[in-house]
Amino acid sequence: MIAFWILAPLMVVCALGMVVVRKAVHSALLLAVVMVGLAVLYAAQDAPFLFAVQIIVYTGAVLMLFLFVLMLVGVDTSDSMVETLPGQRVAAIVLGVLFAGLLVVAVSQATYGAAFGLEAANADGNVPGVAQLLFSKYVFAFEVTSALLITAALGAMLLAHRERLTPKATQRDMALQRMRDYAERGVHPGPLPSPGMLARHNSVDTPALLPDGTPSELSISRVMRAHGTVRDVSHDRLIAAEVESDTKQLGPSRTLDRQDEAGER
Amino acid sequence: MSITPFLVLSGLLFSIGAMGVLVRRNAIVVFMCVELMLNASNLAFVTFARQHGNLDGQIAAFFVMVVAAAEVVVGLAIIMTIFRTRRSASVDDASLLKY
Repeated sequence: MIAFWILAPLMVVCALGMVVVRKAVHSALLLAVVMVGLAVLYAAQDAPFLFAVQIIVYTGAVLMLFLFVLMLVGVDTSDSMVETLPGQRVAAIVLGVLFAGLLVVAVSQATYGAAFGLEAANADGNVPGVAQLLFSKYVFAFEVTSALLITAALGAMLLAHRERLTPKATQRDMALQRMRDYAERGVHPGPLPSPGMLARHNSVDTPALLPDGTPSELSISRVMRAHGTVRDVSHDRLIAAEVESDTKQLGPSRTLDRQDEAGER
Repeated sequence: MSITPFLVLSGLLFSIGAMGVLVRRNAIVVFMCVELMLNASNLAFVTFARQHGNLDGQIAAFFVMVVAAAEVVVGLAIIMTIFRTRRSASVDDASLLKY
C-alpha cells in the first residue's frame, strides 16, 4: 500500500492543478497524470481488467480526443477572468471545500469492517470473472451499450460534419480573383512579403520592414498576431533612424550611400 | 488495507472536479472536470467491489467508462460545433436560449 500513499497526494495535487492552471493543454496533461494514477490504484485493488481499460480508454482515447479538439479550437483556449455572476467563483470554492469536508468526514466516520477481498471472486482470474458477470447478469445492459455507442458515433459524425455549400475554389479561380482585386482595388497580386525581410532577424515572428522602417502586417501569420508572439521591432526602427541620421551627418559618401540603397531595397 | 483512504481520495477528487465545473469558463476544461468526477466515482465502485468481495462494482465502473467515452465524443463534437459558429469555447457565450 506504499503505492497508494505515494500516488494519492500526487493525484490530489494534479487534480487541483488541473482546475487552477490557465492553459487548457496543461489541464489535459495533469488530468492524464490523475488517470494513470487511478489505473495503478485499480491494479492495486485486484482489478487488472479495469487497469487495462482505464489506460486504453481514458489515457489513450479520451485524452487524445481532448488534445485533438484543443488543437482544433487552438487560439481561444485561455479562460476569461470576467465573472458573469458576481461572487460566483468565491461561492463555488467555498461550497467545494465544504462539500469535500462533508464527504471526508462522513466517509471516515463510518466503519466498514475488514474488506472481504476479491480472492474468491478472482479465483479463475479477473477477466473471466468479469466476463462471466457481463454476459450473464448484465447482458441486457451490455447489449444496450452497443446501441449507445452507435448513437454516439453517428451523433458525433452528424455534429462534426459540414456540408460544402459553395464549390471549392480552384487554382484558376484564385488567380482570376487575385487579378480582379488588383484591377479593382489595387491589391498587390504577387506573393506576400516573407517575415524578417530587411529586419535584424529572419525568424517567423519578426515582421518584415518596409522601406520607411515600419513593420509590414502582411508578413506575419494571423495566428501569431492573435497569440501576441510577434516580435517588437520598434527598437530596430530607432536604430535604423539613428543610422540614417548618422549617414546624413557624415555627408554623401559612396560606400554609405550604397549601403543605404541596399537597406532600402 | 482498510478502504477508508480510497474513499477519502475518491471524495476529494470528486469535489475538486465539481469545484472545477463551477469555477472554469472554458467548455473543454469543464468537460475534463466532469471526467474527473466520473473517474472518482469509478474509484469508489472498485473500492466497494473489494469490500464486498464480488465483481459487480467493477462491472459498474466498466459501464461508467463506456458511457463516459460516448459522452466525451458527443460533447466534444458539440463544443466543436459551437466553436465553429461563435468562435469561442467559453460556456458564458452560448447563452442564446436565455432570451
